[in-house]
Amino acid sequence: MGIVKTSDLVYEYIRRDEDGNVEGITTAVDKVNLDVTQGEFVAILGHNGSGKSTLAKHINAILNPTEGTVWVDGMDTSDEEKVWDVRQTAGMVFQNPDNQIIGQVVEEDVGFGPENMGIPTKEIWERVEESLRAVGMYQFRKYSPNKLSGGQKQRVSIAGVLAMHPKCIVLDEPTAMLDPSGRKEVIRAVRGLNQVEGVTVILITHYMEEIIHADRVYVMDRGKIAMEGTPKEIFSQVERLKQLRLDVPQVTLLAYELKKRGLDLPDGILTAEELADCIMRV
Amino acid sequence: MSIILDHVSYIYGKDTPLAVAALKDVSLQFPDGQFVGIIGHTGSGKSTLVQHLNGLLRASSGHIYFNGEDIYDKDFDMKKLRSRVGLVFQYPEHQLFETDVFSDVCFGPKNLGLDKREVELRAYDALRKVGLPDELFYQSPFDLSGGQKRRAAIAGVLAMKPEVLVLDEPTAGLDPKGRDEILDQVKNLQISTGMTILLVSHSMEDVAEYVDRIVVMNGGSVMYDGTPREVFRHYKELEEAGLAAPQVTYMMHRLKERGLDVDVDATTIEEAADTVMQALGRSGKQRQKS
Amino acid sequence: MLRDITLGQYYQTESVIHRLDPRVKLGGTLLYIISLFFYKNPLGYAVAILFLAIVIRLSHVPFRFMVKGMRAILFLLILTVGFNLFLTPGTELISFWRLTITKEGLQTAVTMAVRLTILIIGSSIMTLTTTPNNLTDGLEKMMGPLKIFRVPVHEVAMMMSIALRFIPILLEETDKIMKAQIARGADFESGNIFKRAKALVPLLVPLFISAFRRANDLALAMESRCYRGGEGRTKMKPLVYRKRDWIAYGCIVLYLAVGITLGRLVWTRA
Repeated sequence: MGIVKTSDLVYEYIRRDEDGNVEGITTAVDKVNLDVTQGEFVAILGHNGSGKSTLAKHINAILNPTEGTVWVDGMDTSDEEKVWDVRQTAGMVFQNPDNQIIGQVVEEDVGFGPENMGIPTKEIWERVEESLRAVGMYQFRKYSPNKLSGGQKQRVSIAGVLAMHPKCIVLDEPTAMLDPSGRKEVIRAVRGLNQVEGVTVILITHYMEEIIHADRVYVMDRGKIAMEGTPKEIFSQVERLKQLRLDVPQVTLLAYELKKRGLDLPDGILTAEELADCIMRV
Repeated sequence: MSIILDHVSYIYGKDTPLAVAALKDVSLQFPDGQFVGIIGHTGSGKSTLVQHLNGLLRASSGHIYFNGEDIYDKDFDMKKLRSRVGLVFQYPEHQLFETDVFSDVCFGPKNLGLDKREVELRAYDALRKVGLPDELFYQSPFDLSGGQKRRAAIAGVLAMKPEVLVLDEPTAGLDPKGRDEILDQVKNLQISTGMTILLVSHSMEDVAEYVDRIVVMNGGSVMYDGTPREVFRHYKELEEAGLAAPQVTYMMHRLKERGLDVDVDATTIEEAADTVMQALGRSGKQRQKS
Repeated sequence: MLRDITLGQYYQTESVIHRLDPRVKLGGTLLYIISLFFYKNPLGYAVAILFLAIVIRLSHVPFRFMVKGMRAILFLLILTVGFNLFLTPGTELISFWRLTITKEGLQTAVTMAVRLTILIIGSSIMTLTTTPNNLTDGLEKMMGPLKIFRVPVHEVAMMMSIALRFIPILLEETDKIMKAQIARGADFESGNIFKRAKALVPLLVPLFISAFRRANDLALAMESRCYRGGEGRTKMKPLVYRKRDWIAYGCIVLYLAVGITLGRLVWTRA
């Protein structure tokens, strides 16, 4: 079994009107089957309201499935006794950089998780140092989080999760509120996490260019998994992506336009270099 | 008639040890009816700049002229200026406060001291303009989706009938579809009303196909000012300033370096595809198509 | 910008006083304040002022920062002095119009002024040399025994430190919402008090909503990082008494001994 696995996961929430009467039931996640292997970099794409964040909250046992099961490292997340083990195994980074930093100093924030886990003081310091180094924020360890940029704050949040020594990190739209350079910073840190630290990464996003380096991509729509495959396989289906309200990177779009105009190019071109090569070959 | 900034500088925390120059000697002119993109990364001074246009911030030095009048003149009516230069802040949905969308949109025109009928007419008109469906008018603004909330908030500014509409990062946090919808709507507004629109953004790619002109801010100064084509020619310098020209620009330059005779000024996918086909000698086919 | 403000009045510098355990500073300040009420003669106050002067010297905080704290209580000071000066019965010194200054009155007034001044300066040293965070830690640890009486000491301390972290953020947010509403023609400055209070609605409603949203997000983030109250938690920066802290305690005891002996002994002889 993989590090994160869901089987027929369903999550419903009940909508109520002002008087508390049930207005209807919304199915946010609908029979989702996910299987993530240890060490993998998996991206989950989808527009706002596609159910991707709801799915993510299950992996961290913040939400419990209405139907179906979620396993994290073999533990059933709805088993109440395992909640803290689950959260320690699968850490989570959220969207808003301001609302997830607890400490008033960078290093204290990174130490928050290990403190909660009851790690001895000396080891907390070691973990804080190595985590901050891993995301390139060590020189800011004495700073107040209020003085950091958005990208830096998100890297601190990643370090905060890393210090808990999780096997897997779930990032729920970590770049949605950042500017382009902040976005790049965070994605670079996430890739480092996966490749250098060997942590399993589940990246949730609506930016297509962030998933180019993923091993596997799931595309969600209306609570269901609409597409699954390698980035190349996903990007080759431009029409389908547009239908799903997703943004195709300009390089892929250009290749698609050229093909439509009769140029003989392969499917699923991801980088500018690749496209240039292909065009020159024609 | 236009807005003119004449050597405007602004210092944050003036007279304190933490003083930072946020704007340095900025001179710009925004003629009527233009659609301008103001681009810069976080901290480049772009948001500070637009807050000067309706008098929310007062320049440390320099002058600003609105339709020929100096806005720092003693008799200048600042309140009137605020109704004529509508400013939509970043995440504007965070300013919604009324119990229903319609009342919230009425807030601006009500503050102008208009009579009830006129206020409501303007509110209806503004909500229509942003494309919010009628059945949402009397819903609580907090029950709307992210994109809808944002439209309602933009309507709240539009209802003041400004001559100039300034939008600070109107697409922040939206998904691609929501982003395109808002930008399309803004473009339609400009076409249908002839309003001057200033769009603040950190993404060149997003605004390239909408705007007539791009002003690039960097470190509190104007770095480039021109049509998208002209500005993107400096793609290397833009990169050094922490900004990125659209991917298409890079693509075209890369092909040019490899010896393909493409027009490097192409800024949209369509233009790029055209010029590549042309360079490959297959232009005929393309022409027939379009 | 609003983000740059420092909360409390912490003065960032390097000194022995800054490095002291917050518990020493809290306890020391408390004892110092109490000691001021034991003195019955100028000698006691002289010892107190001398002790204070040494601490100020050691703290490397410019004296004017401490005087700043005085400004807030200037009115109170004048009032106290005034009342004591004119309303204490006793041997008449000067009398004009309906006011009489007595010898006893003058004595009490001077004593009160001195006492209040050094009391304020004394406690401002604590806040000037201790970060709010450190202070919270110290309080948590010192109040620890209260847990037996079911006082939620850890929770209160956690709330205080979260408040300290979010106050600058919420201040900035207030500024932003205010500007946004001004851009929509809101007027926060004119009109009578009722009009002004009403004008605050468009500011307060969004601010509260935002604060609740942030609180909700933060609670999620804390839970996902395994926060489950103070039980079983370790500390990254535990408060440990070092040699300098014991020396400091020694100094305080020494001061108390000297101060109280001199301050009372001489009085009984006179």
